[in-house]
Amino acid sequence: MKAHPLAGIIAGAARLISGVNVRWVDSEPDPRQTVYFANHTSHLDFVVLWSSLPAEIRARTRPVAAQDYWQKGLRRAIAVNVFRAVLVARRHTVQEGEVASADPRQAMGHMLDAMGSDNSLILFPEGTRGTGEEVAAFKSGLYYLSQQRPGLRLVPGYLNNLNRILPKGEFLPVPFISRLTFGPALTLAPDEPKAAFLTRAREALCRLRSI
Amino acid sequence: MKNLDPQLVWAFAGVLGLLALSSLIGLALKAFIRKPEAQATISNLNARIGAWWIMSAIFALTLVIGPIGSLVLFGLMSFLALREYVTLLPTRRADHRTLFWAFFIFTPLQYLLIGIQWYGMFAILIPVFAFLFVPARLAIAGDTESFLERASTIQWGLMICVYCLSYTPALLMLQIPGYGRPAKLMLYLVLVDQLSDVMQYVWGKMLGRHKIAPVVSPNKTWEGFVGGVLSATAIGTALWWMTPFTPAVAAAVSLAITLMGFAGGLTMSAIKRDRGVKDYGTLIKGHGGILDRMDSMCFAAPVFFHIVRYFYVR
Repeated sequence: MKAHPLAGIIAGAARLISGVNVRWVDSEPDPRQTVYFANHTSHLDFVVLWSSLPAEIRARTRPVAAQDYWQKGLRRAIAVNVFRAVLVARRHTVQEGEVASADPRQAMGHMLDAMGSDNSLILFPEGTRGTGEEVAAFKSGLYYLSQQRPGLRLVPGYLNNLNRILPKGEFLPVPFISRLTFGPALTLAPDEPKAAFLTRAREALCRLRSI
Repeated sequence: MKNLDPQLVWAFAGVLGLLALSSLIGLALKAFIRKPEAQATISNLNARIGAWWIMSAIFALTLVIGPIGSLVLFGLMSFLALREYVTLLPTRRADHRTLFWAFFIFTPLQYLLIGIQWYGMFAILIPVFAFLFVPARLAIAGDTESFLERASTIQWGLMICVYCLSYTPALLMLQIPGYGRPAKLMLYLVLVDQLSDVMQYVWGKMLGRHKIAPVVSPNKTWEGFVGGVLSATAIGTALWWMTPFTPAVAAAVSLAITLMGFAGGLTMSAIKRDRGVKDYGTLIKGHGGILDRMDSMCFAAPVFFHIVRYFYVR
């Protein structure tokens, strides 16, 4: 898949604005099909994670984003054409403002289609943006994807400080130096229960916070 | 090319010679010293020298462009230094808009005031207006948790990273009777201050035994301090011809620059130790961040400026 002509420029701008310092701990960039999963605290998250991947990997990596936020106008044009985002519908349930996919099965189908045989994904398994202090419990997406694609590589990436650059509810960014720490890939073990697997994935991500 | 006066060209030629010499020494050390424990130091040294080439080229280029070049360069450095600084602070969500003012209003305004040569406002914008604005804006934001700490750390960051650093290009505002363009004076300050850092590093690596403040900065030794201050003062004295000073005054002024620079390095290290980091950033290979390189300038520039302004202007 060829990268959009603006992809390099947007990636460079995103790295400059976020001042991101990218580290691969006990791991290195790998062109194989992967699901990158990260903590979610800011609208900048997927743009920065996507920008931090080496160009040839980036060209085949598609972020999974909320349809309601990215569906209109210029936002949509950039999301669809430059990032080739996979837009997934979500439903706001009234209690606790929790967010869940409108139809999990349909969303899963979208993601699997988007992956095809060699595309990678960027996924935020918390489902919604947190405050930056705690990583919320993971939704089941990572588990179901891994079930459908045995041996699928899941690479955790912890994002520091992006919530400070553009916190929830603010529209003007303030510059901070952010940090993105990738860790070693994990895969779903055969017969691994869903809850245990999701906990393991979440711990693999949280471990990167203070390395 | 009207900005190139012969003294400036000589100073640049000297820097070029010094860089070439350091690169040769760096290569020689790499080729001949095989001790495994020295390898990390030598590769760091070579990374530092490589970065010096780039920094010197950027500085020379902006100096040749003229005042606009220097203002943009130092404005950008203030911006990046402030970014490194606030990244280390335990800022809270309610600080967001106050910080936006610090970065996007006060920082550009400070350099704009130098550009339009409004000395009176340049001197008070941050110590008076920003000083009062920051706590008021934080109070409007409504979060009282650690209020005084948050207000004062933001004020302090503006003072060091923006106000103090901006004194370097502010030298360009000075009209010194009988002395040509003050660009030379700015180059002189940067040379003496940065060479003082370099010489302290070199003497420290060669002879350093007795640590000055091991908790604050493990690399600062009495041998490095004395050797660095003396050699940088000697260099500053030898460069008296590019300043309005007599050789004796140049010696005294260089001593003041190096001592202030040392105080700056130590102070900014204390903040790093408090926040538990080694460097402020990773922007300059081998050196760390902008603030790791400019810590001494932040302290030396305002004092140098006011010495020159008090004794040589009017």
